Amino acid sequence: MRTAERTPRTPRTPRTPRTPRLELVRDASLVWLASGVVGVSFGAIAVAGGLPVWVPVVMSLVVYAGSAQFSAVGVLLAGGGPLAAAATGLLLNTRTAAYSLAVAETLGRGRWARLLGAHLVTDETVAFALAQPDPVRRRTAFWVSGLGLFAVWNTGVLIGALAGDAIGDTARYGLDAAFPAVLVALVLPALRQDAPVRRSALLGACLALALTPVAPAGVPVLLALAGLLAFGKGRTA
Amino acid sequence: MSPTVAMILALAVGTYAFRLVGPALHGRVELPARVQELLSAGAIVLLTALLATGALTEGGGFAGWARPTGVLVGAVLAWRRAPFVVVVLGAAGTAAVLRALGVA
Repeated sequence: MRTAERTPRTPRTPRTPRTPRLELVRDASLVWLASGVVGVSFGAIAVAGGLPVWVPVVMSLVVYAGSAQFSAVGVLLAGGGPLAAAATGLLLNTRTAAYSLAVAETLGRGRWARLLGAHLVTDETVAFALAQPDPVRRRTAFWVSGLGLFAVWNTGVLIGALAGDAIGDTARYGLDAAFPAVLVALVLPALRQDAPVRRSALLGACLALALTPVAPAGVPVLLALAGLLAFGKGRTA
Repeated sequence: MSPTVAMILALAVGTYAFRLVGPALHGRVELPARVQELLSAGAIVLLTALLATGALTEGGGFAGWARPTGVLVGAVLAWRRAPFVVVVLGAAGTAAVLRALGVA
């Protein structure tokens, strides 16, 4: 497939030798790498804290949401109890409902595409999909980034749970700055060209930042949706 | 069933239910163009709020200077239309170098 994609389809694009799909794989693989390393640290932290190996491994497969997993395990290890752990994780994941509405058409029409695609809805896959200019590329971006991310995240967690903490604090490599930067790179085109979206996103981000010191984790980002009040009449105006 | 298993199951089922909202409704409910526009905008609003809180805060407080500075470098690179790889490595590299220099 790659070799076929290397040939430009139209002679009018000689200055962009890389096809979108290769570019997508190149960009996504960086996110895969970073996620894999964070996955290793998740597995290691969970096991180092006294949880059996299967807990982080099974959790990553069936929950599959990085921030919620870290929070739930954090609550468990801090002695907060399973109920508080589940509630914290669920609160953080409410935003995936909004994501799934935004990418519903992107997943595909078939029953299996929807059922499987739903499980792959994450911050990164939605950001990758929405950064694409047309529906076909959106679908490709969602599935390519999503399947790869699922594979590396779970492999990373398994390695971390078995091998322990060889990586150490991932902040040392600046990975905590890499993830917000990934989102910046992916949402910037939409923010740049679309004034109503920009207004809404700015208001929402300010709301979330203002609420973060006082509201429980997950709530500030969710309440950022109130930023849509600044959307006005949108592009059709 | 152990409490831990119950916790994982509850979190998994609940999360999957959230994720299934869109695909389950799609094709059954005809959403007006205005609503679809708001849904796409809503996803961008959530992602922007997530990156803002992720860049600046940690556990409800300030995340320290290394991380926001790294993200800022990434944002400037993205604004200048640098390739994705440069943006991400620029952000991570800046934060890593600052920490190696002793900046929290």
